[in-house]
Parts: sequence; structure tokens; C-alpha cells
Amino acid sequence: MTAPTLVDFDDVVARFDPTLGLEVHVELSTNTKMFCGCPTEFGAEPNTQVCPTCLGLPGSLPVVNRTAVESAMRIGLALNCSIAPWGRFARKNYFYPDMPKNFQTSQYDEPIAVDGWLDVELDDGSTVRVGIERAHMEEDTGKSLHVGGATGRIHGAEYSLLDYNRAGVPLIEIVTKMIPGTGDRAPEVARAYVTQLRELVKSLGVSDVRMDQGSMRCDVNLSLSPKASGELGTRTETKNVNSLRSVERAVRYEMTRQAGVLDAGGEIVQETRHFEEQSGSTRAGRRKETSEDYRYFPEPDLVPIAPSPEWVEELRGTLPELPWERRRRIQAEWGVSDEEIRDLVNAGALDLVEATVAAGAPSGEARSWWVSYLSQQANTREQELTDLPITPEQVARVIALVGEGELTNKMGRQVVDGVLDGEGEPDQVVEKRGLKVVSDEGALITAVDEALASQPDVAEKIRGGKIQAAGAIVGAVMKATGGQADAKRVRELVVERCSAE
Amino acid sequence: MSADSPADPTGGVISRDEVAHLARLSRLAVTDAELDVFAGQLDVILSSVARVGEVAAEDIPPTSHAVPLQNVFRADERRPGLDQEQALSGAPASEDGRFRVPRILGEEQ
Ligand SMILES: [Zn+2]
Repeated sequence: MTAPTLVDFDDVVARFDPTLGLEVHVELSTNTKMFCGCPTEFGAEPNTQVCPTCLGLPGSLPVVNRTAVESAMRIGLALNCSIAPWGRFARKNYFYPDMPKNFQTSQYDEPIAVDGWLDVELDDGSTVRVGIERAHMEEDTGKSLHVGGATGRIHGAEYSLLDYNRAGVPLIEIVTKMIPGTGDRAPEVARAYVTQLRELVKSLGVSDVRMDQGSMRCDVNLSLSPKASGELGTRTETKNVNSLRSVERAVRYEMTRQAGVLDAGGEIVQETRHFEEQSGSTRAGRRKETSEDYRYFPEPDLVPIAPSPEWVEELRGTLPELPWERRRRIQAEWGVSDEEIRDLVNAGALDLVEATVAAGAPSGEARSWWVSYLSQQANTREQELTDLPITPEQVARVIALVGEGELTNKMGRQVVDGVLDGEGEPDQVVEKRGLKVVSDEGALITAVDEALASQPDVAEKIRGGKIQAAGAIVGAVMKATGGQADAKRVRELVVERCSAE
Repeated sequence: MSADSPADPTGGVISRDEVAHLARLSRLAVTDAELDVFAGQLDVILSSVARVGEVAAEDIPPTSHAVPLQNVFRADERRPGLDQEQALSGAPASEDGRFRVPRILGEEQ
């Protein structure tokens, strides 16, 4: 196979109009699979989350997971779709070992959600409305491991090993309408759409949408047509584009590759292509089957789903504030810059800070604790910020103790350490570790007098008006009190004691 | 069957080519002789079933389910399944806790 001729991107957009289409698969984080009661957790020992139903054993029957259907409807509603009042599952027949039943239970011409949209915000603040064709329910496939030949690759493999833990995990496929007219911004629009869809689904709490773990996967459809030709080009479908950055790269690559083929007088073949993460290129996969080859027919083992208007409205009522609207509201409330809010989102700290503020902490302190000290601790402990064993309420309590002058900042950090180390609530840690700002003036004055007595030459300088020499005495007092005194007050006392004499 | 496939010269509802295509999709090795037999047999079955269509009036919607039920759901609660040994007990071959299958023909789905 010869290397494709790639056309310069600027040249492509000067002469061609790209049309985008995106298919995103979201794995739901339900407790159980779509049609059986097996767990869905990622990373279990192979074939330990299986049962006769998801293994396709004779005599087993599927039953639909109600929560999965509700999650599908909530995704549809959040994408401004209509919910189909009646629909059936279908069998998509294909003979391949990743589905032990030899068919995938899916929805074909009766998807649960249709005809919606998502307004996608680009970096410069402009908005592109992406139409949503449909969102439908299906089940995930098992995982194949190809042995022999090139590592992990199907070509030249001698045999394959199958793990069916993932087979039957609920999957929602979200398909956009064709997105025309994005020109040179097509790669950016694609990335922004997937980013925003990911955020939206995450806010619904129905999936952890981890692209690195495959709980969100994207297929990119792209075609080019000569500018102002009014014709639609033949599209390719690039599969398994599994990071946000790759979405952008895949679109860009296909644009430059397809232009090269068209310039050379060639034809674009309607095919599935595979994205190569390392090179950022795509390679040809199988020719696309016609949907006829899948011999879809209504699933006889599952009865139709007919959501009542009441059920739909009840679910609509559970939709949270849209994540980007929430972000704008919080930003205004806290008076922070775009950059600061982006840092919070990137650090995964927005929810935590908001909960800490809700627990009574000022937003500035709440932000600072999560973004600096707690993020450092998360790093050191190699944990996600959200997985740290400290609650926003506990952080708010520490902030309150520091704010009231009960603790210094340094002590506050020690209390946080104590909570993280499982020593209990902040107040218990304060108690157990004996952390308290020394506010007993008598004890403090004694400590100051002792320090002055042990450093008579310094004391002399202070008495002579050299106030800056007080630092040495303050240091000695802080040392003597184990850092628990309020340094500012100590300084005042040193000056006081010297002038009083 | 596909709307654009050539009409079978024998006037049947399924052609020999279509049977060969279906066999390929199902990864079944079917000999030429078998194709002749199956095409004939399937044709009889399909024509018999097709006769149902002759009595179906306009006002009778196609039936996919024999029971008048809808919205049958299960709560999202775990139920005990099989352990690895049980899961693999019926497999002709296994390795490392996984089902072992012959080299897969064609591309990944
Ligand atoms: Zn199962």
C-alpha cells in the first residue's frame, strides 16, 4: 500500500467543503448489564461478570434494565430530543466472536430518542448548533485479544481470546445529523462537540465517560465536496477515535487525505477506517456492510418499550443545570476569570469547591485549598482529587477554624493531613494532635520574656529602637511554642515588653 | 431479502446467490451441491410463509410479538452469575480465563 498524498489543510478548505458526522458510544455506569443482572465494573478478572444470558447460552432470556432505559431517555432529553412513545429492540445479526449470541441486541429503526440538538461553543465564543439524529440503546461487545502475529493486531493472529465481561454492558449510541458548513473549523467543531457531549453526559451521572477506559468512544464520519458544487461527497467512517485530541486529528487527517485522493482523480470509497493514535493517520478497514447484511429484525424476546408522557416528564424534571450554564453562574458568583474557572474544571475541582462553599466556606479559600494543598496531596498519594478521603464539609470546617484564628494555616494543613490519614473529623484531629494557637497571653508573655532574657544583646537593640531585630525573638518564641503561637501577636508583645521596661 | 438482487430464473423468492451470500455472512462452508439443495428448500419455506401476506388485510399491522405486553423491566440490581470456571466449562478451548477461538476471518466489527 502506498502512502497517501496529503493536501495542505489550508488548501483543502479553500477548495472543498467538509461535512461531518459523529457517532458517540457511551457506556452507562448502571449496576448491571442491559439485559441481565451481571455487574459492569471495568477491570475485573476475565469472564467473572457473566451469566447464561450475556454468554448467549440456550434457554436464557433477556430482561431490560429499567435504569438503563431511564438513562437513555435522560440523555435524549438533555440533547433536546423527542422520546419515542413506542419502540422495539432489534437483532443485528453478525457472526463474530465478540458477541457470543451471534447478534447484538440494538435499536434499529425505532430509536428511543430522535431529532434534537446541542449548541457547541467554540474557543472564540461562537456557537455551532449540532443536530442530533438519534440516540439509541444497545449492548456492548466482549473484548478480543489476538494472539500471534503482530502484537494485539488481528492481521496474522493465530487465534483469539475472548473476555465477555463487557458483553451486554448498556451502551447508548448518539448520532449527529450531518454537520455541513464548518469549513476550516471542522476539526475544532468535532472536538468541541465531543467535549461538550462528554460534559453533558457526565453531569447526568449516567456514565463516567472515560475515553481512556473506553466508556466513551467516538466514530468520525467525514466527506468532502468541491466548494459550491452542491453535491455531497462519499464519506468514510473512522472508528475508535479515543481521545478528544484524536477526534480533532482524525477529522484533519481525513480532510487532507480525501482531498489528495480527489485531486488525483480518484474516488473515495465508503469504508471503515481505523485511527492510528501514534501517527495520527487513518488506515483502511473493511468495506462497509450494507445494513441489509445485518438482517435486522424485531427482537422477539423483548417486548416493546412505550414510555408514558408522565414518565418522560418525570425524567425531564431530573435533568440538572447544564454544565456550561452552571459554570457561567458559578463564575459570576465567585467573580473569577475564565482562566481560573478552566483551571478548576481541569483539576476536577469545580464540584468539590462548590460543595465546600455550600458548606459555608468563602469561595476564595475553598478554591485555594482544593487547587493547591489538596491537589498536591492527591498527586503525592497518586489519587484523583475526588477520591481523596476528605469531604468538602471537612475542608470547610478546617477553613472555618483557620478563619476564626483557632488554627494557623500551617496547622490547618496538619489537620487536613490528619483527616486524610484517617484520624477522624477535623475537630478530633485538632484535639488528638494538640493543635491550638497559643492565645493564653500569660503563657505567651512568659515565653517572650524568656526569649528576651536569653538574648540580651538583641533585647538591647530593640530597646534602642531597632524594631527589625524583633524577628530573632519572634523566631525563638515560635520555636518554643512549637509554631502554635500567632506570630503577629508575638511580635506586638515583643515590642510591648521592650518599651514597657 | 435484498430488493435489488436479480430475480431468480426459476421464479423462486430466494436465489442461489443469495443463499451463498447468507452462508458467507454466517461463516458457513456450503458446497455447490448443498447450495442447490438449500436454495430449493429455503424457497419452499419462504413461499409458504409468504402466503400469510396474502390474507393480511391493510388494517392488520405486522405482528412482531404474540403477547400484548409492553414495558417489562427489571430493577438495576445484581444477580449472581457464573464464575470463571463455570463460564468456561462449555468452551471447546480456553486460555488465561478466556474463551479461545480460531483465527478470526475478516475484519473486526
Ligand atoms: Zn449476564
